[in-house]
Amino acid sequence: MGIEATAAKAANEIDERFGSANFVRRNARKVFPDHWSFMLGEIALYSFIILLLTGTFLTLWFKPSQGEVIYNGSYVPLHGLTMSEAYASTLRISFDIRGGLIIRQIHHWAALIFVASMVVHMCRVFFTGAFRKPRETNWMIGFTLFILSFIEGLAGYSLPDDLLSGVGLRITEAVLQSMPIVGTYLAFFLFGGAFPGEDIIPRLYTVHILLLPGVFLGLITAHLIMVWYQKHTQYPLPGRTEKNTVGYPFFPVYTAKAGGFFFITFGVTTLLSAFATINPIWLYGPYTPGEISAGSQPDWYMGFLEGSLRLFPALESQVFGYTIPWNVLIPALVVPGLLFGSMAIYPMLERWVTGDNAEHHLLDRPRNVPTRTGLGVMALSTWVILLAGGANDILATTFHLSINQITNTFRVLIFVVPPLVYVVTKRICLGLQRRDRDLVLHGRETGRIIRDANGEMTEVHAPIPAALAWQLTQHRTPAPYEIGPVADDNGVPRRRLLAAKARARVSRFYFEDQVAPPTPAEVRELESSGHH
Amino acid sequence: MSDQPHTGPNTPADRDQATRIHSARERGRGDVQHLPDTTHDAADDPRAGGHGELATRFENPGIPAHVYRRSDVDPKAADRREREVAAFFGLSTLGTLLFIIAYFAIKPAGATGDRLLQQVGLSTKLLGLGLGLAMFCIGAGAIHWAKTLMPDDEVATVRKPMRSSDEDREGAIAALREGAAGAGLGRRKLIRNSLLGAMAPLGLLAIIPLRDLGPLPGAALANTLWRPGRRLVTDPTGDLIKVADIEIGGVIHVEPEGLDKNAHPLEEAAKATTLVIRLSPDLITDPKQKRWSVDGIVAYSKICTHLGCPVGLYEQQTHHLLCPCHQSTYDVTKDCAVIFGPAARPLPQLPLGVDAEGYLIATDDFHEPVGPSFWERG
Repeated sequence: MGIEATAAKAANEIDERFGSANFVRRNARKVFPDHWSFMLGEIALYSFIILLLTGTFLTLWFKPSQGEVIYNGSYVPLHGLTMSEAYASTLRISFDIRGGLIIRQIHHWAALIFVASMVVHMCRVFFTGAFRKPRETNWMIGFTLFILSFIEGLAGYSLPDDLLSGVGLRITEAVLQSMPIVGTYLAFFLFGGAFPGEDIIPRLYTVHILLLPGVFLGLITAHLIMVWYQKHTQYPLPGRTEKNTVGYPFFPVYTAKAGGFFFITFGVTTLLSAFATINPIWLYGPYTPGEISAGSQPDWYMGFLEGSLRLFPALESQVFGYTIPWNVLIPALVVPGLLFGSMAIYPMLERWVTGDNAEHHLLDRPRNVPTRTGLGVMALSTWVILLAGGANDILATTFHLSINQITNTFRVLIFVVPPLVYVVTKRICLGLQRRDRDLVLHGRETGRIIRDANGEMTEVHAPIPAALAWQLTQHRTPAPYEIGPVADDNGVPRRRLLAAKARARVSRFYFEDQVAPPTPAEVRELESSGHH
Repeated sequence: MSDQPHTGPNTPADRDQATRIHSARERGRGDVQHLPDTTHDAADDPRAGGHGELATRFENPGIPAHVYRRSDVDPKAADRREREVAAFFGLSTLGTLLFIIAYFAIKPAGATGDRLLQQVGLSTKLLGLGLGLAMFCIGAGAIHWAKTLMPDDEVATVRKPMRSSDEDREGAIAALREGAAGAGLGRRKLIRNSLLGAMAPLGLLAIIPLRDLGPLPGAALANTLWRPGRRLVTDPTGDLIKVADIEIGGVIHVEPEGLDKNAHPLEEAAKATTLVIRLSPDLITDPKQKRWSVDGIVAYSKICTHLGCPVGLYEQQTHHLLCPCHQSTYDVTKDCAVIFGPAARPLPQLPLGVDAEGYLIATDDFHEPVGPSFWERG
């Protein structure tokens, strides 16, 4: 029986049970828009699969236990030391299990890449407005995945119970403990009593390998189904409209490209892990509460929290005999709450401001939405300053600077830079819009200079291709929301007037500076007046 | 979706021309839409629609003409691409082979000393190289295949609005109404309310059994193992300490004697771990600090009052203690007051004395809870 006949037989068996032909017919050639920036989310997806595969391998030898053992494995420098089974089994994976160290390193690198690719993916989605209707739900799912990945990462790098991760858990406990009223209870419940206890590693293990990966799987599946069902957005390139999808068919082009990209991601992560050591826990030693090493740093995605804690001044209050440690509460809970909270609600906020109820499948060019782009870069700059603040000790030792001066500098920068970044970004966007406008109105500079009869020198401008002219002018510049009459004809004040006023104010902030794209009429007018 | 008609290879010179031909042809196709208003529903925008639109908006020029690749027009080039793809896949097989050979050839487990690290390093690099190549080359081959040999002309399909048709909506509402009427949800309020009453407290069943996650804090955070008369021993060697053992400027990490015999040594160490520092006695000005010191020897909790990291760095010249986690800096000559960083409280001092045999002892526990702040701390 030939391969074709075998396939036909198998397909028949399947179809008679699941009626799958209908689905295949409709979806095998489904069109996917193609752009390099659409791969960023794929990197996150593939990193997750790599994490599942390598993580499963690690569970075969890892012992999630804080029971104490005396080490006598291959790594001689730690011989005779008392340590937890978790740490001892991580040493065993690293030194005694062939391929254990490379898999451990792939797992850790993939985790860093997982969070990093989510960050850049979300930047792409944010700055191109891909979160707009009808995709707000998917933004929320993505946001949830992003936040959960921090917890998943923290739980994961705490498992080896080495000196570095133990300090991280100590800080986690102290942050929990800082919460008014419930803090000590939460800390005692999480750790099963006083720190460190013997429960936290097994509990984090369950969270890390079962609970959160399960949630991730469900949410990622929903995320992808929505992308599939709502169809992917596309850039405003020639031929793309709000009412079509232009790209390559899923089978075979997208299958080969996306499938191939999984292997590329796996390959690159593996090569990175082969040649760049990550988290050499045998150098840190087992965790004991009284020890620490200088230059303790968390994984990069926790760095902003670290910076927030380092920069915040020493504020604490006693109220009616109770202690409120502002120096922990605000930087560890309020600051990330504000940063991420605004990120979560941004799509709703923007819809309220713009009053835009239309479906959007064509992406924005970031310059064409200057306020959004400015706000986004402003939030990113805040994050970057916190991240750098979290490395103030590394900066100090690397550049031989005073740690106090660095810290104080960041304390100023965190207030000065973000607003500045907002203004500068917005101005750059408007400048780029003006350049686009000029290009459409006056054409491109040819570099040919001609001198007319009067001796005046002018440069010849050539018209730009129709496709480019459309691309530079396809966006809309909505007018700010007008509040309209505040009372009806009978003088009865309008309902919800305050909300309308607030909306009008925010809308003005959002839309007052914009550069309208030129119209064909304007171009014709300029042409007929001979002014190029 | 069938392949689009090819307009043939074109040079940059006739590209513009071709684009127009192509998009004109496109427009005739049923499944591709080129409306004058290309970004918004006409109904959404008062400026859109009608003949005025032509003057206010540029027209979407349509999908650019397909540009042929060498492999589309030259069978020899296509064969070369095929061999390249096959070479990638072949390289992947070699990577797998390398992995298997490296796995069986290198056994670090038996090695000792520097040789262990060398062997583990070599094993990790070769296994990684093999696995990396095996994976990367499959991906590179597949993508090269897709980019050079699979059809690369863009395809357009119609995108329907997400909103259901009015007919579907009415049908959905009718179905739900019918169902709700059948269940009598509106009429039988007793069933509805009692069901809500039964469901609402179910959450408690998920929360209450979590009570035994841990004991209540009680006084656990307030006390440490230090007691009047308890001797100081060095951490981790466990030696008793006499005044003469510490030079001026010296610093010793200590714990209470008998900590290792406690039922919970780690938990007690996390609170009781202490730093002993010998200052020149004239540097001590604070009366309490002086009263609790012995010949310039002072003892302070090693647990940072910010987030509980051990305050591990002592600068002998400036008498500063620095926490390596968030850089809170304490001045030992000022009763460990915070002089920089996020910590809000000084490190608690442990009152010291000397027993009959001349060993350093604590004369009391810390007078306040050590470590990071919490609500009930007072």
